[in-house]
Amino acid sequence: MKLKAFKTALPYTLPICIGFLFIGMSYGFLMKSKGFPLIYPVVMSCFIFAGSMEFVTVNLLMTAFNPLHAFILTLMVNARHLFYGISMLDKFKNVGLKKLYLIYGMCDESFSINCTVEPPADIDRGWFMFFVTLLNQIYWVSGATLGALLGYLIHFNTKGIDFVMTALFVVMFTDQWERTADHRPAIIGLGCSLICLLVLGGNNFMIPAMGLILLCFVLTKNRGARKETIK
Amino acid sequence: MTTSQSVITILVVVLGTMLTRFLPFIIFPEGKTPPKFITYLGGVLPYAVIGLLVIYCLKGAVFTSYHGLPELIAIVCIIILHKWKKNMLLSLAGGTIIYMVLVQTIFC
Repeated sequence: MKLKAFKTALPYTLPICIGFLFIGMSYGFLMKSKGFPLIYPVVMSCFIFAGSMEFVTVNLLMTAFNPLHAFILTLMVNARHLFYGISMLDKFKNVGLKKLYLIYGMCDESFSINCTVEPPADIDRGWFMFFVTLLNQIYWVSGATLGALLGYLIHFNTKGIDFVMTALFVVMFTDQWERTADHRPAIIGLGCSLICLLVLGGNNFMIPAMGLILLCFVLTKNRGARKETIK
Repeated sequence: MTTSQSVITILVVVLGTMLTRFLPFIIFPEGKTPPKFITYLGGVLPYAVIGLLVIYCLKGAVFTSYHGLPELIAIVCIIILHKWKKNMLLSLAGGTIIYMVLVQTIFC
């Protein structure tokens, strides 16, 4: 039963394998180039297991110690998980203890497969989702480890390599932009953050920016609701 | 940052991440439906957070002598490359290499 579920899950994860190895490797390599020992990317990719946040954590580790800021930033960056969770409430029912691991390992990619793929009737759904999640995590941790190891072997001028994080978010932003017709949320996110950065400077803008974004959403939601009632 | 401060920071990030993953299953045990406002935020927040993260990445660059010009050039290249080839890995590698070349040769 487990083997069959594994064989069904594997092909769905292969495209993610390529992406995770590549991005994981750039993450591991980046950490090594910033002077962190191998154990850091390995532990962080294992236990944080949320790609964007791991890149952001590299920055956090290189600035002044501020756990409260780190905590709020994590909640904000990973807030989407709340909504993944809400979408998966039903699907994770009756899968036993595996549920704990499914929730723990619910990264964007595992969520997108588990949420959309309907395994054939003779496949155990719980084990299918378990292997999707496990395989993806193995790819990611392997990528990060390989990247860091590569950092010990290859030496070149790495100045500017941290831009891989910017590139990742720009690509995600472009993808999201093309996937939806309503660009207001994207513009609110970009605009509020930029205004706060220019007014408050690089060290203090994140939390006010998050507050401003939430405020904008609260205000535009009311407007949207009022429009509906007028109709 | 000392090692113990790094460990605490990583623990805090792990804790925050796990909180966002486990919270829905704790608040809404089987059968309970989440309120409308939460579902609404679920729809819009992912888009805004990526915008926030783009700006977060540029927070240092804006206040340097080039005011983020090399970053801007590389970002425009990434968007063009990504719209043209639609290949995430190519866009990431291409954009990063362009930026590295820029800051190591022209804007150094």
